[in-house]
Amino acid sequence: MTGIDGAAMDGEGAGPLVGLRVVELASEWTAYAGKLLADLGAETVLVEPPGGHHTRSYAPFSDDEPGPDRSLWFWHYNTSKFGVTVDPGSDTGRARLDALFDRADIVLHGDRDLDVDGLRRARPAAIVVSVTPFGRTGPRAEEHATDLTLLAAGGPVWSCGYDDHSIAPVRGGGNQALHIGGVHAAMATLVAVLHRNITGAGQHVDVSLYAAANVSTEAATYEWLVARATVQRQTCRHAGVFPTASSLAPDVRGRLLHTGVPPRTVKEFEALLGWLHDLDLADEFPETFFLEMGRDRGGVHLSELGEDVEAREIFGAGRDALVFIASRMLDHDFFVEGQKRGLAVGIIAAPEDVIQDRHFVERGFPTPVEHEDIGRTFLYPGAPFAAGRTPWRIARRAPHVGEHDRLFP
Amino acid sequence: MTAGSGPLARVRVCDFTGQLAGAGATRYLAAFGAEVIRIEDPVRQGRWDILRGSSPFVDDRRGVEFGGAFQNHNVEKRGVTLNLRTERARELLARLVAISDVVAENFAAGVLARLGFPYEVLRAIRPDVIYVSNSGFGHRGPYSSFKTWGPIVQAVCGLSFTSGLPDMPPAGWGYSYMDHQGANMQALAILAALVHRDRTGEGQWIDMSCTDAGASLLGPAVLDFTVNGRPARRPGMPDSNHSQAPVMAPHNLYPAAGHDCWVAIACRDDHDWCALAGAIDDDRLTEQRYQRVDGRVAAQRELDAVVAEWTAPRDKFDVAARLQEAGVPAAAVQTPEERIDGDPATAAWGLWPEVEHAAMGRVRVDGLPVHLSDTDWKIERGAPVLGADNDYVYGELLGLGEDELASLRAEGVL
Repeated sequence: MTGIDGAAMDGEGAGPLVGLRVVELASEWTAYAGKLLADLGAETVLVEPPGGHHTRSYAPFSDDEPGPDRSLWFWHYNTSKFGVTVDPGSDTGRARLDALFDRADIVLHGDRDLDVDGLRRARPAAIVVSVTPFGRTGPRAEEHATDLTLLAAGGPVWSCGYDDHSIAPVRGGGNQALHIGGVHAAMATLVAVLHRNITGAGQHVDVSLYAAANVSTEAATYEWLVARATVQRQTCRHAGVFPTASSLAPDVRGRLLHTGVPPRTVKEFEALLGWLHDLDLADEFPETFFLEMGRDRGGVHLSELGEDVEAREIFGAGRDALVFIASRMLDHDFFVEGQKRGLAVGIIAAPEDVIQDRHFVERGFPTPVEHEDIGRTFLYPGAPFAAGRTPWRIARRAPHVGEHDRLFP
Repeated sequence: MTAGSGPLARVRVCDFTGQLAGAGATRYLAAFGAEVIRIEDPVRQGRWDILRGSSPFVDDRRGVEFGGAFQNHNVEKRGVTLNLRTERARELLARLVAISDVVAENFAAGVLARLGFPYEVLRAIRPDVIYVSNSGFGHRGPYSSFKTWGPIVQAVCGLSFTSGLPDMPPAGWGYSYMDHQGANMQALAILAALVHRDRTGEGQWIDMSCTDAGASLLGPAVLDFTVNGRPARRPGMPDSNHSQAPVMAPHNLYPAAGHDCWVAIACRDDHDWCALAGAIDDDRLTEQRYQRVDGRVAAQRELDAVVAEWTAPRDKFDVAARLQEAGVPAAAVQTPEERIDGDPATAAWGLWPEVEHAAMGRVRVDGLPVHLSDTDWKIERGAPVLGADNDYVYGELLGLGEDELASLRAEGVL
């Protein structure tokens, strides 16, 4: 059995959502949810206005030249989708949109003005998914929003930034408000699909990006809900009700790495001592004695640090030892060597480091996508999870404006 | 015990997850009616999940039934104890797997296999089982044995690096963002596998790596490197309070009146700029070069200074309201108290449901950011206390008699 584009629909190579038809009315808010469904195998038709959706103007651009088919933002968020253009202002456009809706299992949109009830009345089996900044209704539904304002109002920004609070807090990079809401939209869509598989009934799914940010802040929310306590941001570590010590350290050339949580168990103290000895640094490191104490007393527990001065010294020495070792090595060597010794330390990788890293490469994470239109193939970020039977895949590059108008007349 | 309801009532999950990265996944399924059965070690009183006895606490009581985070992440689930060091426990687990649609875990890679239940065994017990493992680096690859928690995942996958201000250390994420997104991705993997099983009858193993999931969230930055050869590690970067993809300016978090008060303002386009400049009404903003985004980006530090001068003496909510009225995206940076108890939008959504917990009493928890018109989520029941559902699961579901249960308890199996 083959799909409309000739791709296999069963067995090896088919995604888990093969056979599901999605119509996505192009929107910044739905782009990521649509990509998730499309890369998982759903036949996803992106509907754009004539001339293309404005997200085609989002930087960066291929070779830094703007153009409707050159936006890397658009490329990334519209993989595996078919592209059609429809003018909803014309009679033929409206008829075509109706025909697209008629064949859709799922209608994905980010437009508060779309007549969801009307659409559903005519198609009771359709799953209509609205992804908007504040949901379809509610006190803030009319607000103008971007990734920045959603993360600011919704909680993540409060927890991110630097120890020095005279410096503004920080929005985490990469349009994560769209990702949090987008993955929730995809999850809820599949819940509705599973319900429909039994009952045949469609329904409306209302997704709020603002609500999604609000329930994605870990301790900031439940410290308040449970204990009416307020976390405070700290440099590159968890915002906390009580301050914690730095977890950043420079490597031999000054590049910052992540020291993780310092050793607490006997095994971890032994690992750290072994590392110092192997590097011939045990005598040079001034606090080796405390690490031996930590090993000999059976480790330290985080709950002891408040009252037990000795435990605090030992814990501090563990961190100092990691900082000391880090200063003698390259960050990647520190990360791999520390981890091999059982210490949960990290490298602070840039995106370009990740896509070239041998672990990610061996897992097949960097995914080649052919751009046959320009005769080039580029590596894209790959699967969020590796499925045994139903591989995630990028079926095709993002569509040009109206590229598949003939396939979906 | 009443039969479950909700769109996922037909799904039973044998749940080994913990912390947030795994527990959050099965929590989502439970909120839609899946019967999620948490399996915990009676010897260690379930402390494999370090959140079980960790702060925050509702009052002065301490111990494994009082961890506020654990309670938040495990609402609507059932809980049993099972000492998998014993042969009888492993037999019981096999019987539980046989009646489960899904086995979910977020152990370090290889732990479930060492307990005697690798995928081959799970599949032999139940051919269409859906097994989703969620670990820091996945079960394959050179780093598969490495240990992580949220901040390490974020550091290694690029998310910490891309969050920060120029010429400063990375700010990273002030919480385990990837525990949330890891949990969401694990839930998505389970749901997608259920859809596939509905269509084909097949189960499968899905190997989820949290660092893969995290690295998948930086698409445009990765493509800027793989297509244009431009690394993110370059002078002036990261600069995540400004906006590069898409380009917007002004776009920042500006100071407002009061201690540690800030307001977000984002000019999406030239129209927003005119409205912002009109609201601020400062001669320095009237220059022709600011009419276009290129000119504003080139001068964004100067513009930021002028905007900050305007916002600094003003209330953050007033600034946001005034700009919203002019059509410009703006919002106060809200404290937890402000967004949870002060914002009618979260209340109207029903975002903080209150559950009944057997030991802690009534506690509010995170809700879900979606509403389904016909089969919405429900979060009413608190996290299970240790072994809360032993009688139901071993008695009703597996059909063990009271004598058998008593002997299992006496032998330390439960």
